[in-house]
Amino acid sequence: MRWLIGGAVVVAGGVVARRLLGGTDQGDGHRQRGQARRRGPQWHVATVNRPAGDVAPGGQLPEPLAGLGDAVEVQLRPAPGDQGTEIAVRLRDGSRLPVAAAARRATGRDPEQAIRAALRESKQLIETSEVLHPDYPPTTEPTPMNKPLRMATQQGRREGRL
Amino acid sequence: MKALVWEGANELAVRQVPDPQLRNEQDAIVRVRRTVTCGSDLHLLGGYIPFMERGDVLGHEFLGEIVEVGPQVRNHKVGDRVVVCSFVSCGKCWYCQQQQFSLCDNGNTNPMITENVWGAAPGGCYGYSHALGGFAGSHAEYIRVPYADQGAFTVPDEVSDERALFASDAAPTGWMGADLAGVKPGDVVAVWGAGGVGQMAARAAVLLGADRVIVIDRLDNRLQMAQTHLGVETLNYEQQDVSGELLERSGGRGPDVCIEAVGMESHSSGPQFWYDQVKQQLRIESDRPIAAREAIYNCRKGGSVFILGVFAGLVDKFPLGAVMNKGLTLRGAQQHGQRYIPMLLERMARGELVPEHLATHTMTLDEAPRGYEMFKQKLDGCVRAVFQPTS
Ligand SMILES: NC(=O)c1ccc[n+]([C@@H]2O[C@H](COP(=O)([O-])OP(=O)(O)OC[C@H]3O[C@@H](n4cnc5c(N)ncnc54)[C@H](O)[C@@H]3O)[C@@H](O)[C@H]2O)c1
Ligand SMILES: [Zn+2]
Ligand SMILES: [Zn+2]
Repeated sequence: MRWLIGGAVVVAGGVVARRLLGGTDQGDGHRQRGQARRRGPQWHVATVNRPAGDVAPGGQLPEPLAGLGDAVEVQLRPAPGDQGTEIAVRLRDGSRLPVAAAARRATGRDPEQAIRAALRESKQLIETSEVLHPDYPPTTEPTPMNKPLRMATQQGRREGRL
Repeated sequence: MKALVWEGANELAVRQVPDPQLRNEQDAIVRVRRTVTCGSDLHLLGGYIPFMERGDVLGHEFLGEIVEVGPQVRNHKVGDRVVVCSFVSCGKCWYCQQQQFSLCDNGNTNPMITENVWGAAPGGCYGYSHALGGFAGSHAEYIRVPYADQGAFTVPDEVSDERALFASDAAPTGWMGADLAGVKPGDVVAVWGAGGVGQMAARAAVLLGADRVIVIDRLDNRLQMAQTHLGVETLNYEQQDVSGELLERSGGRGPDVCIEAVGMESHSSGPQFWYDQVKQQLRIESDRPIAAREAIYNCRKGGSVFILGVFAGLVDKFPLGAVMNKGLTLRGAQQHGQRYIPMLLERMARGELVPEHLATHTMTLDEAPRGYEMFKQKLDGCVRAVFQPTS
């Protein structure tokens, strides 16, 4: 069973509520499956240990996912085995050339990265009511040896395999 | 404040670092009264886990007093004497609710590293490299404790600091190994490694009703300690034939449960050691799994093997054939301390679990580099070096 929710923060409340409460839209479902076979933007999925009603109360997506606005498509569906709710997010526009993606990544403006970070943080906020921060101030110092690791951990806060 | 920091492979120093701060509403700051070395630190110290930065504070097994709490901390207040689980876990995600706390989805602020290396990220751990969150460790005067309601446990008045300290890591790790390996009354249990973790696993097996518990190591002082304090049998693998003895002591069947509490720097006197040592140094193999191989080989058909020792990556000559053809159950985990600590503190209060003999050396934080040297080289019978950053 699938629900499609516009990434825009405000979707007509009644429509989303109906979908959350179990009404599926056949047309949307078919369209999703059709698109999955084509090469389109990648879905990023995380499972949140809460029922769908807590994840998007009244159809309202949590921040920072809500902040992604119309740029993304969001689906919520119950995770099997009582594991909570799966949140799936992908960019709305078509697929991208790898070269362009690499360039955006290098400049830190990769929208896929922003999606992953938003998913991870939304999950933490819903489950624990906070985003866990690393220790501060740091006790470490930069050295040539640890430069790659420092770069990796900076990226690592934003994304992983998610 | 003063802290013991990692400066590079096999280089430690005590120096001034910034005091920790509350960073989240569920955090507490703990003034550290006792903090202790763990075999896991040796893997970091030796540079086997390549995710350390100069200045990282070591230490993850500790006890102290709460001196500051965030506004969302409900179960603790300033002044509480607490022992803190070495793993940082939120208590709210699906894994935490399944009591698999070290698998917490939210406790690691750097999930990318382990997601890429292992396919998914476990929770965070204090003083255990940037792969496990980069949290500053406990060998310091103060430490930040995230999710304090989940990870910090008030110590009952009747349990001393010396005893409760081990409820942080060694005791719950050992208990978890015996519990999740399924030790039950009547079992024959073999434990590789007579360090703090192996000894606690052996004691847990006794308390869970095992008929015979056999601890294997080469260090006589540790084996002697296990006999005296835990009421178990021992085997010295340099002087005795481990396979032959285990068969003889288990009616020719092999142990029902085999617990590996040695880890990636496993030692042996045979050519196997040099084979793995050379490959490890050349970085062809990241871990030396000698005791793990033996545990699998010696386990009875249909038995259970639990890997408590820490492994970071890839091993070689892994006896998968024995696992498959003998129908073994093979499991491992970082410790799910939050699941066991309250029960362990009760057992400590009743005098059933008495781990303070592990603390062979107690010293100030300034002496910590020497403490690690003794612990690493197993000098002067050192099993655990305990530091007292504040009194
Ligand atoms: N799973 C967890 O959550 C967890 C928690 C704490 C520690 N650990 C790991 O447990 C392991 C043991 O920790 P420790 O603090 O007891 O370490 P330790 O270094 O004090 O003890 C290890 C013992 O293993 C012995 N040993 C080495 N090679 C052996 C072999 N081939 N056969 C039998 N014994 C052998 C050593 O002589 C030593 O006594 C380490 O790998 C550590 O990282 C895991
Ligand atoms: Zn440890
Ligand atoms: Zn959790």
